Amino acid sequence: MTTVEAPRAAGPRPSVRSPRPAHAGRVHRTNWPLTILLGLATLTVFVPLYVTLSMAFKTSAQSADGNAFSLPAPFHPASFAEAWSLTRFPVSFGISLAVAAIAVLLTLFLSSLAAYAIARNWSHRFFRWSMVYLLAALFLPFPVVALPQIQLTALTGLDNPLGVGILHAMFQLSFSVLLYTAYLRSIPIELEESARIDGASTWQIFWRIILPLLGPMNATVGIFAFLASWNDFMMPSLIMSDPTLQTLPVVQNIFQSQFGTNYNVAFASYLMAMAPTIVAYLFAQRWVISGVTQGAVKS
Amino acid sequence: MTDTTMYQSSTTAGRPTTARRTGRRATGRRVEPLYYVFLVPTLLIFTAFVIVPALIGIFYSLTDYVGFGDWSFLGLRNYAALFSDPRILESYGFTLGFALVTVVVAQVIALALAVALTRRIRFATTLRTVFVIPMVVSGIVVAYVFNFLFSNSLPAIATAVGFGPLEESILGNPDLAWLSIVIVSAWQTIPGALLVYTAGLTSIPSDLYEASALDGATPWRQFRSITVPLIAGFILINTILGVKGYLGVYDVIVGLTGGGPGTATSSVAMTIFGGFTGGDYAYQMANATVFLIVTALISVAQIIATRGRAVQL
Repeated sequence: MTTVEAPRAAGPRPSVRSPRPAHAGRVHRTNWPLTILLGLATLTVFVPLYVTLSMAFKTSAQSADGNAFSLPAPFHPASFAEAWSLTRFPVSFGISLAVAAIAVLLTLFLSSLAAYAIARNWSHRFFRWSMVYLLAALFLPFPVVALPQIQLTALTGLDNPLGVGILHAMFQLSFSVLLYTAYLRSIPIELEESARIDGASTWQIFWRIILPLLGPMNATVGIFAFLASWNDFMMPSLIMSDPTLQTLPVVQNIFQSQFGTNYNVAFASYLMAMAPTIVAYLFAQRWVISGVTQGAVKS
Repeated sequence: MTDTTMYQSSTTAGRPTTARRTGRRATGRRVEPLYYVFLVPTLLIFTAFVIVPALIGIFYSLTDYVGFGDWSFLGLRNYAALFSDPRILESYGFTLGFALVTVVVAQVIALALAVALTRRIRFATTLRTVFVIPMVVSGIVVAYVFNFLFSNSLPAIATAVGFGPLEESILGNPDLAWLSIVIVSAWQTIPGALLVYTAGLTSIPSDLYEASALDGATPWRQFRSITVPLIAGFILINTILGVKGYLGVYDVIVGLTGGGPGTATSSVAMTIFGGFTGGDYAYQMANATVFLIVTALISVAQIIATRGRAVQL
């Protein structure tokens, strides 16, 4: 439990402040040249986003004039309606969301239970070897299993969003079990032992004590699983047999062939595909950053 | 704060040994059946969805299977053919070279940003928030956006300033197209590495820097002799995860070059996927098996090469 606090406390804010007391009184000044340099470096992030935003609001004539950096003139929001219907946005968005939800819930559920069983029975060979077995997949890239996987999912009727969600969870499993096991080792076993003396069953202990204590790690595992699933292109594009059930990143490929010069519509669509996670991140950035940081410290 | 971190990390480091010791004494004890209920279903699903397909693939790599119908055993003939196939060798050359360049570029930039962000600067939190944005967007969409920039905006700018080499799109140039893939892959993966490094840097006690500054160490000397050894573990994590990700590069290539021009930027993953439509299913499964071995060997080599280099406080 105590180990949990350390990375979180060391996360966002103190990173900026911690050097300060050391130099207090002597070099208290802000390093402005470095600040300005970093400010300029943010252009590498802002320029592609700005181009996406401004292109999306241009007319098709202006979007094809070769100047990506100009402001939209006239302001033309109609491209969004076209992009919306071309990509069947509500459908592909909903399917992306469903795939990600399946992936996140399965990952959280399966890997926390598995990690708990492994961490508490480490002395038994079966559980130790299970860990090794699960971790082996860390070195197993999806392309290696892709071809048989395409056939198997077609054979079992899982060549659909459900199958993609399950696959996402499976390829997230090794990393998640690793994170959970490392975290569970830091939870004092005395807590469980005293609950057991009070008559709690293992099941009750897991739900009432362990799961709540896993809170921060659930967030970390969940964020990783969500981002990996939501942004994936490879698995849905290969596994899903029905193109009308494709996810949001995959449907963007229609702009590569058919609507070659309608850049404004394509960019409106890219913007709609990017915006949800960016907006969600900006609102929840403190949790995202501390979650990812914790994953780094624990692995 | 730093003192407690040190104390805690030493406790966690010590824990596994204790657990193992008490564990050995308890080996004879029966495991509560419920623990098997917790673990076994996951093992079964994992086996069905990850291990079984891998084994099927390895099996078919020894045959002349085309994806349907009859097949017969070929032994290792597919593997022998792989090593004399210029298209395959080229894809490995591209993928390994790309992974090497990208991991160096991304790690250097991420570490530099992390060091800069932990200095006495203004707006550090806001700046970091911005630098992390690329982590949350889809690789394929980002690649499409950069595709436009590389094929339209960059040539337009180059023409305007009269810089010859870039007046044509780099995506159409067999010698330069790979650069676009490095740039977009690095753009996308720097944030994750940056956060890992930030976590590493904040775990270094500041009195180490003070003491060395009193002894007259320059910032560069401090970076080499304090920062790098103390975050070696974080460098290792980043490099292993980075290389593994870059070796499987696919989305970004699809969005930028589609593997072209010609097959100049065709990664191993792309070549393997070609097996499903190209009729050389078994052959590409042999390729996939070799790819698995190469990926695993590189990861293990990285771990061995860096073992013992990390300094623990």
